[in-house]
Amino acid sequence: MSAITRDEVAHLARLSRLALADAELDHYATQLDAIIGAVARVAEVATDDVPPSSHALPLTNVYRPDETRPSLTPQQALAAAPAVEDDRFRVPRILGEEA
Amino acid sequence: MSLTRRTAAELGALMASGEVSAVEVAQAHLDRIAEVDGRVNAFLHVAAESALEQARAVDARRAAGEELGPLAGVPIAHKDVFTTKDMPTTAGSKILEGYRPPYDATVTARLREAGLVILGKTNLDEFAMGSSTENSAYGPTHNPWDLARIPGGSSGGSSAAVASYQAPLSTGTDTGGSIRQPAAVTGIVGMKPTYGGSSRYGVIAFASSLDTPGPFARNVLDAALLHEAFSGHDVMDTTSIHSEVPPVVEAARRGDVAGLRVGVVKEFGGEGYQPGVLARFREAVELLESLGAKVVEVSCPTFTYALPAYYLIAPSECSSNLARFDGMRYGLRAGDDGTRSAEEVMALTRAQGFGPEVKRRIMLGTYALSSGYYDAYYGSAQKVRTLIARDFEAAFHQVDVLVSPTTPTTAFPIGERADDPMAMYLADLCTIPANLAGNAAISVPCGLADEDGLPVGLQIMAPVLGDDRCYRVGAAIEKALEDRWGGSLLSRAPSL
Repeated sequence: MSAITRDEVAHLARLSRLALADAELDHYATQLDAIIGAVARVAEVATDDVPPSSHALPLTNVYRPDETRPSLTPQQALAAAPAVEDDRFRVPRILGEEA
Repeated sequence: MSLTRRTAAELGALMASGEVSAVEVAQAHLDRIAEVDGRVNAFLHVAAESALEQARAVDARRAAGEELGPLAGVPIAHKDVFTTKDMPTTAGSKILEGYRPPYDATVTARLREAGLVILGKTNLDEFAMGSSTENSAYGPTHNPWDLARIPGGSSGGSSAAVASYQAPLSTGTDTGGSIRQPAAVTGIVGMKPTYGGSSRYGVIAFASSLDTPGPFARNVLDAALLHEAFSGHDVMDTTSIHSEVPPVVEAARRGDVAGLRVGVVKEFGGEGYQPGVLARFREAVELLESLGAKVVEVSCPTFTYALPAYYLIAPSECSSNLARFDGMRYGLRAGDDGTRSAEEVMALTRAQGFGPEVKRRIMLGTYALSSGYYDAYYGSAQKVRTLIARDFEAAFHQVDVLVSPTTPTTAFPIGERADDPMAMYLADLCTIPANLAGNAAISVPCGLADEDGLPVGLQIMAPVLGDDRCYRVGAAIEKALEDRWGGSLLSRAPSL
């Protein structure tokens, strides 16, 4: 197995939306490399004839009647928001243009 | 006898007969918390006023002649991963510091319906990721047997609260052993019900295909009473099982093993296991045999692949589940100074709000799911999951329950494994197979290791929906061991 490099950790951090400091990248590279090296063992027994299980129980899709039930009010839903404006969640700009 | 030394069943009976009030019982436990929790750090939040108010309500209902359940008025410590609308819910993370959810988890609601008095919220590894409670953003919890050691994890606040008589009962969640391992290392009982037997609605998600709420108690009957109180089908959880709760209380009262076939898992023992743990385990197996059980050795060859499979599956699911903590709708938001984009704010919020283990697992999961690596890692781990379920199936053709040590070692010193994730992960070696296959499994105390005088747990695993078998065997061994010891294992713990 190829080692996890510092650049790979930087890529994973970007995909994971984690703003890591440079010093952290080396630290995580060493640790993730050790973990991946150890867990790669699963490939030894995971042969082609074994079907994967995504779940412990053989459940199929579960449906319920589409009925209106009591739900949160806008005030309750917004109560823990970091920023609110006009009964909505206020967020930083989401488009790429200059602010 | 002090009220805090009583079992939940005893407290329920004392209150039903009018010998003590729920307010007196709640106050005794609040006093105990005030006395010892400065040293144990089991609670993240103590809800003294609300507990007394709940207790007064139970007393009033009883005074009005209402018929109440067996746990009405009994205090409970609630793991801080269940949402509670009248208390903060942090999941042990800075990203949710001070967060007040707008709704109750189903388990929370059912505790309230049963008249249980919630004393407060207990400490845990951040987002239930860990085996020691050292990953909490609010400081570690200490093991009541030795304050320099870990109380297990992730539900370490819950195990420590019960083991130090701050509460007779507590709740936990078990994703890879997070109830059974803390129970084992603190000398109490902890049960992981069958997956889907207890509702995940309002449990802050870690790995959704594995997370299972369950009870902690100081004896098997109390655990069964709590199990029954909060389990059963829930329309709010689509993976909830549509069937009756297995007869766990009846099984805990019955507690006999005559004629029962018990399988010793061959793969769990030997190198890496502490000699004192294996010695107590072997004695427990001999005791079961002397009680009339038929003991055989059973091989489950793929169980040794459960740990690596788990550390691919659980991080993969967590990397997806924790995407919701984006600083937009609730919780921490960092770096929003008007110049940064939403994406930059999210990345800063998550870097500041999550601790190192959570970051490690999110990146590990992201790696395992990424294109080019998916088949080798996540795909292979899912195949191992199938193989483990097959091993269980074959084993349960031969035996009624499987047994093993709950953990390879007793409680380790705080700090010992903090910088070595793989060493930490080994604490879950024996508990993970039941999570991957969805089985029921319990840990009951089976003695103290000779080397360090610390508690050892016996794990009893049963098939899916065979939860009652765990309680039946657990109660049998508990009674036989307590007869031998002349009391509970916990009564030998040093006083705090």
